[in-house]
Amino acid sequence: MDFISILSIFVLACFVGYYVVWSVTPALHTPLMAVTNAISSVIIVGALIAAAAAGSPLAKWLGLAAVALASVNIFGGFSVTQRMLAMYKKKERKG
Amino acid sequence: MTLPLLLAAGGAAAATPDWVRLAYLVAGICFVLALRGLSSPASSRRGNAYGMAGMGIAVVTTLVTHDLASLPEILVAILLGGAIGLTVARRIAMTAMPQLVAAFHSLVGLAAVLVAAAAFVNPGAFGLLDAGGQILTVSRIEMALGAAIGAITFSGSVIAFAKLNGSMSGAPILLPARHLINLGTIAAIIAMTIAFALSGAGGAGESPLFWIILVAAFAVGFLLIIPIGGADMPVVVSMLNSYSGWAAAAMGFTLGNTAMIITGALVGASGAILSYIMCRAMNRSFISVIAGGFGQDGGGGGDKGPALDRPYKAGSADDAAFLLGQADKVIIVPGYGMAVAQAQHVLREMTDLLKGKGVEVKFAIHPVAGRMPGHMNVLLAEANVPYDEVFELEDINSEFAQADVAFVIGANDVTNPAAKTDKSSPIYGMPVLDVEKARTTLFIKRSMGGAGYAGVENELFYKDKTMMLLADAKKMVEEIVKALD
Repeated sequence: MDFISILSIFVLACFVGYYVVWSVTPALHTPLMAVTNAISSVIIVGALIAAAAAGSPLAKWLGLAAVALASVNIFGGFSVTQRMLAMYKKKERKG
Repeated sequence: MTLPLLLAAGGAAAATPDWVRLAYLVAGICFVLALRGLSSPASSRRGNAYGMAGMGIAVVTTLVTHDLASLPEILVAILLGGAIGLTVARRIAMTAMPQLVAAFHSLVGLAAVLVAAAAFVNPGAFGLLDAGGQILTVSRIEMALGAAIGAITFSGSVIAFAKLNGSMSGAPILLPARHLINLGTIAAIIAMTIAFALSGAGGAGESPLFWIILVAAFAVGFLLIIPIGGADMPVVVSMLNSYSGWAAAAMGFTLGNTAMIITGALVGASGAILSYIMCRAMNRSFISVIAGGFGQDGGGGGDKGPALDRPYKAGSADDAAFLLGQADKVIIVPGYGMAVAQAQHVLREMTDLLKGKGVEVKFAIHPVAGRMPGHMNVLLAEANVPYDEVFELEDINSEFAQADVAFVIGANDVTNPAAKTDKSSPIYGMPVLDVEKARTTLFIKRSMGGAGYAGVENELFYKDKTMMLLADAKKMVEEIVKALD
């Protein structure tokens, strides 16, 4: 992909991010941080490419280390977010 | 023309198959939906599921389109990291969430550094070489930026973690000429990035400049955070959240990967907005937070003098129980002190008893009530307080005038009327909760000595309408519960 196409996606995504994040209710700002943490670990894609590639053992080990670190974040981030979100309950209406 | 035909036509031109690029796009959209779900607690769990689906799509797509020779090692790395992540996520106390998030940020930062380094060492694997076997100029800029932002995120988050975790004093550490050192180092990183991009020689892993940039960036992250005081940590955590996003976006540029670019932009925007909200809630400018040094000298203000012997009205748990039981409407203002005393569960018992007596109970949350954005809401949710009884400052502030009792527990600065009236106060201009407008204010505090986080005296303690309940927050609420029963 050429640089301008990538830049276009990036700039538009910044706008999407701006509007989507402002619509997040302040009560969920902590889960927001936890989940953004988890999704920013999509950097694991780069780590996997490095770990899978032949040619450089150093790059492979760097990649594997990055895969492990990103995995901590992915599993930890989504699971702690889920734990928090499960606690948010509405008022119980007496029936 | 049908879709497969279109895809085939595109596929001939690009190195990556079109279905792969579409898969990454779908993953990116899943991440947008994950954040969108957080617009209300009801849709939030579905949002989280979208996030997980997006991550699954991105990982599986990458795995199946690359050489599977090292698949066993990769699976071991994923299982190892995943096990650690799940264990930590299950065990962590909700009060420790800020430290956890800071620790997670440091991992994203370090992962970005490692990926950038791997791309530098083995650029061929990422398709970053030109015809002459050199790393493309634009790729050099992107990988240097990704590595530098990742390194700043890493070392900055480690310091933020240490400060939040209490492993390091929250007091600002001020180096002489620190602004000059910081700006100088950042300028040097930019200059070296340009030199690295333009350097003719050096293909894979040859230019030492890349490693020097990395070391300098680690130093900047460290230097940026040590002068920032504990009170400003909510801003710092949000800011590092933003950086981890920009690091992911920079790596997305290097790899031409849409999922990474979309995610990076989302996370970057999220952190930036949260930083802005936190700064606004403290009436501080972002620059002054970054410059650091706040909260080290005990604050100033017009009413400094010896305040210990001023008259105030003290009350007992029975007095408080009587006032609360007689009220029609009670607004509870919790602060981080409540969480430290672990009083949230017994506080919820108290509200249940009051509701049983027909008292209307609401919670009022100041944006900086906890140690990170939204922290207090999570702590109350954990104590089973329904989220529709919890209100934000701007939604509830007008209701204090109709409340019979404002019940302040573990909060201080966020109720200080000096923020509205005293121009010489360091917290002047900060939005505060109008607790003094309630008919009676009950204020739980351990003792009369010791000012709030910002080191400012609170005039509210000495008002006629205020009753001070001097005790440990948890014990006091337990006694009130007994008296109400």
